[in-house]
Amino acid sequence: MRLEYTERQKKFRAEVREWMAANVPKQALTSFDTKEGFAQHRAWEAKLNEGRWSAVTWPKELGGRSCDLIDWLIFEEEYWRAGAPLRVNQNGVFLLAPTLMEYGTDEQKARFLPRMAAGEDIWAQGWSEPGAGSDMAAIRTKAILEGDHYVINGQKTWSTRAVFADWCFGLFRTDPDSQRHHGLTFILLPLNLPGITIRPIKQLNGLPGFAEIFFDNVRVPAANRLGAEGQGWNVAMATAGFERGLMLRSPARFQKTAQNLVALYQRHREHADRDPSIRDAVLKSWMDAEAYALSTYQTASRLVRGGHIGPEASTNKIFWSELDLLMHETAMRILGARGELMPEAPEAAESAPWLDGFLFAQAGPIYAGSNEIQRNIIAERMLGLPRA
Amino acid sequence: MDFTFTEDQLSLSDAIHKFLMVEAAPELLREIWETESGRSAEMRAKLADQGLTALSVPEAYGGMGLGDLDWVLIQQELGYYAIPDSLTATAYLAVYLSKALPEDSKLKAHWLPKIADGSARIAVGHPINPFVADAANASLLLLWHADELHALRPSEATLTLNPSIDSSRRLYRVQWTPTDKTRVCGAEQGRELWQGVINRAGVAISAQLLGLAQRMLDLGTDYAAQRKQFGKPIGSFQAVKHHLADVAVKIEFARPVVQRAAQSLATGHPRASLHVSHARLVAGEAARLAARKSIQVHGAMGYTWEADLQMFMKRAWALDSTWGDAIFHKARIAEFVLAEGAALGPAETFTH
Ligand SMILES: Cc1cc2nc3c(=O)[nH]c(=O)nc-3n(C[C@H](O)[C@H](O)[C@H](O)COP(=O)(O)OP(=O)(O)OC[C@H]3O[C@@H](n4cnc5c(N)ncnc54)[C@H](O)[C@@H]3O)c2cc1C
Repeated sequence: MRLEYTERQKKFRAEVREWMAANVPKQALTSFDTKEGFAQHRAWEAKLNEGRWSAVTWPKELGGRSCDLIDWLIFEEEYWRAGAPLRVNQNGVFLLAPTLMEYGTDEQKARFLPRMAAGEDIWAQGWSEPGAGSDMAAIRTKAILEGDHYVINGQKTWSTRAVFADWCFGLFRTDPDSQRHHGLTFILLPLNLPGITIRPIKQLNGLPGFAEIFFDNVRVPAANRLGAEGQGWNVAMATAGFERGLMLRSPARFQKTAQNLVALYQRHREHADRDPSIRDAVLKSWMDAEAYALSTYQTASRLVRGGHIGPEASTNKIFWSELDLLMHETAMRILGARGELMPEAPEAAESAPWLDGFLFAQAGPIYAGSNEIQRNIIAERMLGLPRA
Repeated sequence: MDFTFTEDQLSLSDAIHKFLMVEAAPELLREIWETESGRSAEMRAKLADQGLTALSVPEAYGGMGLGDLDWVLIQQELGYYAIPDSLTATAYLAVYLSKALPEDSKLKAHWLPKIADGSARIAVGHPINPFVADAANASLLLLWHADELHALRPSEATLTLNPSIDSSRRLYRVQWTPTDKTRVCGAEQGRELWQGVINRAGVAISAQLLGLAQRMLDLGTDYAAQRKQFGKPIGSFQAVKHHLADVAVKIEFARPVVQRAAQSLATGHPRASLHVSHARLVAGEAARLAARKSIQVHGAMGYTWEADLQMFMKRAWALDSTWGDAIFHKARIAEFVLAEGAALGPAETFTH
């Protein structure tokens, strides 16, 4: 065990820090759930890519830096430390890309990855359907092979950023007679194909952060299939594994929030200390954010040495989503009667980011496999308890 | 940056795990409760045979010369099996104190070899604890007085037993008079040494609490898989599953905190005290939750003297407030986090 960075790692950190200091926009970008904000964030992805920072864990020949997971953690720490924008292409870069590298043909990698890294294609995910939420194997949207095209009919929903995104990846039922997780295929498709209708859905904050996608005889070339036909469930599980595992939420994000929470508490301490449970929640927030970082470093160290992520990855999702709720609830308690102000309110400068985060924290225990589903997985696969 | 243990470290703790599985069965622990000292010469001999009494004694004194990081995995096992022995006070804390003394110190030359071979039992007392555990059957008491370190025989003190809810513990109120003769080290060096003792006890207890939490989770899981109601194992009911899954989450995120604290002691990290207090708090939380959830899953059976769960719950409840309760440890966290210009936020986890 050695809990110090090597000289090379320190140099790498210094390089990231320097680049971020010179390039992170001084003024916060507009939310990427608006047209204007989406364009700003796309431009930021392009800028990151110019510095070869948009996908540091990818191989060099694909535009990355072949960073290992420890380097990735260092990068993320500097990224969040610098207050850099949210990643509008995170579903592509962190979720689809690892799957593409594992299951994609060379041609597919060359076709999709460089454009993804540059922010030229922003990706949405298409798993959920009206009848298939937690129970993803209930997917019904059909993709029937006709010659060298799939013809897609049906509906996806809750697709994050699909309102403005360019491409979508997801699971479709290619064998109409199949049941459950059989007969599903992983398909990549551009969202501007004829027959696709996108209906934005407003989220809690009033912005169209996700959308329904309707398919009416949409023709997608068979070359857009990822992995073998009928093997989509396994390919998708790889994506879900990465998502639950490490890359979806790096610890730096929560450490930054915890740090901001301590600062908020310090500014309002005289008032806040009248309720001692607030101080306790602030300290717990810092401790849990550190614990999440330590746990991630430990997992990353194991993976760097050739280990694997097992079902214990399901504990991550629960831990960070509950931590995120704790931190934002605590901030709202400190802000008291000013917490409710909308961002445009003249006196909302301090509180608005907390309200925004508080709203988004409500979704954490729901998306990416609800926390109840994660607990089922822990109980059945980690502890070995019998299925219902 | 490498947050992993070596093969040697892992195989040693694995060997101890397998050894204690056979040699420290709950029935045996119950027999040891019934003895006056609460300790067993056979158990001690077995631990010594495994090299545990010699673990961090320097090689020059007949030991293995290992350190804080080696201890942490072993302590997890001692917790998992609720080992009733003054091993930690003797072979970890007293060794740490002795090692810091000058070469010509009698404590060192006389006691280190005896600790290594398993023949000595040493009790360590500091006012952070109202009582001294295992004072009566100790060969030597190492006691705090005004930041000094004193050494005396139990016969030179008045000991009053205060029974604990944990049937394996033997707590004593110790009354004694410090003299020049008992003083082993002055306050100046002593202050730092006692800080080191509190931190090492802290890592040992955190690791034991982790082990205890894991044991209680395992007991709850086994019970839930076997016990049937409504024609099914109760472990197939989701409410029961989720109780146990919550414990697994707590353990998963306490473990790295505890192991990092051990490494901070091993490397003399300037924030070691902070790391230890963090470890104590999260490990305590994991163990308390494990106790609560495991007893719930056991139903009335969990509320009995007969069910083994009690020995792990009670050990956890007792240890959780020893060598600094949550009030003490949270104050150390607050001191760091709420200081002006504290190094918080991303990129500070491993800074000095
Ligand atoms: C902000 C946000 C972004 C999202 N982005 C995307 C996206 O980009 N692409 C996409 O495909 N989907 C996306 N989703 C959808 C998300 O994956 C689903 O919401 C999630 O899988 C839960 O499905 P559901 O909403 O249908 O809830 P349901 O499955 O109906 O669940 C409702 C409640 O019942 C509980 N429940 C259901 N089944 C069980 C069970 N077996 N045991 C115990 N409890 C159970 C759930 O935990 C939950 O509390 C997003 C959701 C949110 C909130």
